[in-house]
Order: sequence, then C-alpha cells, then structure tokens
Amino acid sequence: MSTVATEVNDLEDIEISLLLDGLYRAYGFDFREYSRASIKRRILDLMHGENLATVSAFQDRVLHDAACLNRFLLGLSVHATAMFRDPSFYLTFRKKVVPLLRTYPTVQIWVAGCSTGEEVYSLAILLQEERLYGRCRIYATDISQAVLRKARDGIFPLAAMRDYTNNYHQAGGANEFSDYYTAQYDSVIFSSALKSNVVFSEHNLATDGSFNEFQVILCRNVMIYFNKDLQARVHHLLYDSLSMFGVFGLGNKESLKFTPRAAFYEHLNDKDKLYRKVM
Amino acid sequence: MAYEIVVVGASTGGLRALRVLLSGLPAEFFLPMVIVQHRGKHMETGLCEFLAHSSRLPVGEPEDKEPVLPGHAYLAPRDYHLLIQSRSFALSTESPVGFARPSIDVLFESAADEYRKRAIGVILTGANHDGARGLAAIKAQGGLTLVEDPVTAVCREMPDAAINLTRVDWILPLQEMAAGLYRLSINPGQYES
Ligand SMILES: C[S@@+](CC[C@H](N)C(=O)[O-])C[C@H]1O[C@@H](n2cnc3c(N)ncnc32)[C@H](O)[C@@H]1O
Repeated sequence: MSTVATEVNDLEDIEISLLLDGLYRAYGFDFREYSRASIKRRILDLMHGENLATVSAFQDRVLHDAACLNRFLLGLSVHATAMFRDPSFYLTFRKKVVPLLRTYPTVQIWVAGCSTGEEVYSLAILLQEERLYGRCRIYATDISQAVLRKARDGIFPLAAMRDYTNNYHQAGGANEFSDYYTAQYDSVIFSSALKSNVVFSEHNLATDGSFNEFQVILCRNVMIYFNKDLQARVHHLLYDSLSMFGVFGLGNKESLKFTPRAAFYEHLNDKDKLYRKVM
Repeated sequence: MAYEIVVVGASTGGLRALRVLLSGLPAEFFLPMVIVQHRGKHMETGLCEFLAHSSRLPVGEPEDKEPVLPGHAYLAPRDYHLLIQSRSFALSTESPVGFARPSIDVLFESAADEYRKRAIGVILTGANHDGARGLAAIKAQGGLTLVEDPVTAVCREMPDAAINLTRVDWILPLQEMAAGLYRLSINPGQYES
C-alpha cells in the first residue's frame, strides 16, 4: 500500500482536475490541457497566497468570488516576456526572413500569445528599420484581456530599458534605441507609429480557429505551457494558418522535432527556431 | 524496486563537484541523470561542453517535450525552470523560486510527482537552501535521497539544509557518490533502509 503522503498527492491531483473542470464549465476558461507539472505548481502557490489549505477550498473561492477568480486567472498564466528576447532570433529574422518578405506586396503577420506586447514592438521596430513596416499588418493576440490592454498602451518600465537596449543592438539594431520611446518618471511609452499597423485582439489558441492566412507566424514560449495533445492541435492550427513558404518562429527552447508537423517545415538555420513551411 | 531517474542539484562549487560525479560514472550507467546547476544570468555558454568533456554519458540541454532517455545526462538550460511530465521535459519561464531559475526544488518536486519511489535525488555543494524542499518531496514519495557530505562540500549550506529538513538515506563524500549511484542502479535493494 502507498504511504499517506502519496495518498495526499493523489487527492490533490484529483482536486486540481475538479478545479480546472469547474473553471471550464462555469466560465469557459480551459486550462485542462496545460502542462500539469507547472500548472500544479502555480495553483498550489496561488492557493497558499490565499491562505487556503486545500485545493477544494480554493475551488470554492475561485468559483464564488469574482475578485479571486481574476487573481487566479492572472496567476495561472506565465506572462514573462522581453524586448528582443533571444537577440540572435531577431538577427536571423533580419538576415534571412526580411529578404523573403521583400518579395511580397503585403505581409500578414500573426504574433500568437503576445503577452504585454514587447515582442510586437520589437518586431515593429525591426520591420520599420528594414523599410517593410508599411506593407505589414501585425495581428497580435493573447488569451488574456489584461495583458492585451498593456500591450495596446505600449508602456514599459524604464528599468528594463538597459537590458532591452543591449538586446536591440545584439539583434542588429543600429539606431539609438531611446529614439523609439519617451521616458516619463519610471516608465517609457513607445512611439505610437510602431502600432499603427498592429491589431491587438483576444484569441484563444486552445478553442478558437484560424482567422486569416499569414506569411509569418510567431508563437514563442506559449506552447511550452501546453501538454502534448494541446500542443499538437495548436501546431495543426498554426500550420493551417500559414501560407506556403510562410515563416514560423518558436521560442529558443522549443522544438518542432517532437511535434506531428515537423516534416512539413525546413529550418532556416541551425541555431534559431525559425522555420519555413515547405509542404 | 528499480529506480528510473537521478536528479541532481548543485550551486556554488558545483562545477567541480559535477565533474567529479560525472567522470566517476561508467558508460553503461543507464539511468537518466537530470542536473540543475545554478548559474549567473550572463554565464551563458560552455557549461554543457565543460561537463560533456568529463562525462562518458552524452550531456545535453533538453528542449521542451524532449523525451527523457536512459543513459543520458541533461543539464537545465539557463534562465528556465526544468520539470518532468509524462516522461518528457517541460520548460517554464515563470518567476525564479528563491532567486533561482532553474530551481532545484522545482525539478525535484516534479520528479517526485512523476516518478514517485522510482526517483533518486542528490544534493551537492551550494551556498543557499535550494533543493531542501524538493528532496523532502522525493523522500515523501518513497524515493531515495542522497546528500554530499557537508564536510567534503565546497559550500556546506545546501547539504546542511537538506539534511536538516529530511531524514536523508545516505550522506556520502563526493568521491563516493558516483560509485554509490552506479551500485544503486544495478542493485536497487542495496541501500534500502
Ligand atoms: C510566456 S508568454 C510569451 C510572450 C511572448 N510570446 C514571448 O515569447 O516573449 C505566454 C503568453 O501566452 C498566453 N497564452 C496562454 N495560453 C494561451 C492560449 N490558450 N491562447 C492564447 N494565448 C495564450 C499567455 O496569456 C501569455 O501571455
């Protein structure tokens, strides 16, 4: 027979399944196919933050207390992001993808899971410097209204600019990075020209369908939080939304290798997670 | 009762300790070994190559959803938490735990959940308390817990913290750790208390 600790653990797993089921059935938020190990950690952390001892007690509060529900939703997702995150990705984008994009009269781009927008502003800066921005339309989507609001504002902490400036230069940026924003107290606001061709909107990769055909799709550091089944479904969705020879970008530690669509893309270079749809 | 995985946590002094541990393992060591070594934000490259140099097992940094394979050593990539789910790796960039990302506790707790009593946890040298909670989780699931003897450790805080929180199964000098793990892998009953 198992030890007591093992039983508590099994019980907790059951309670977590019930909580996620309840959340879905009551409010339509579907986290049932997120990677269990990390979502369990976050649920238990949030539960301790509410000073509750069991997931069942937490479920009671999440389902009945709107303020708690909001805290829960915000805490459940990982929103960490940065401008020019993994600079070599952007450098390769500049060198290998930009020349491809020059051959199109218009370029539709989808940034799926854009969080608070740092990635979108980085891309806009790069495209502007390459004199391509005018013909691009960027659809920036996320499941969370809260982060989309921040993304639309384009206001980021001043303290982050040192790292971002470094990243920008490593990513092949040749201008003064500070030309792109205005500092105010401890925040900066990015030039609104950068978002003139950006549409921010809510889209749930787990439940919503394709809404356009794109020449570029970036979905970086989003699917690492999904389990294999959901990840496979989303790979199909993104593949179906990408035009032939379109470019697909993943996060640095993500890989197409372990997904059902691997054979349909070719790598743009060995190092960065940039692929081209070839089938 | 055969073990299926070894998870290892190291911090300050860990490079040397990991080299001793890895170089002591024979090529036929078949358990996967998953390592968290704390490292500074800007100490990016070279660690994997450095460890591979002294290891007979292939050493790599896993990507998301990569299957955990026997006979391989894996190093948690810089700036990501490393977890195990359904016998595959899962990466995460959620906040550092106790200033650490990767965090030893995060890896160990997920290994405890995933492998239960088939996990072996090893805490090596370090100047903080990361790993103590994770090792306790492995113990609570019936897994086996090993700690480097604080006397041989470059920094004894981490081994001490683990020993204070858990009645660990074995406290071994660094030089004996590899041989102990190898014996456990071929003869799991050997160290059963
Ligand atoms: C870690 S952030 C990545 C941000 C950015 N792409 C980057 O790489 O820096 C992950 C984002 O995915 C979003 N997300 C999680 N589940 C989603 C879903 N089912 N559909 C759309 N977005 C989702 C989260 O809200 C979060 O903002």
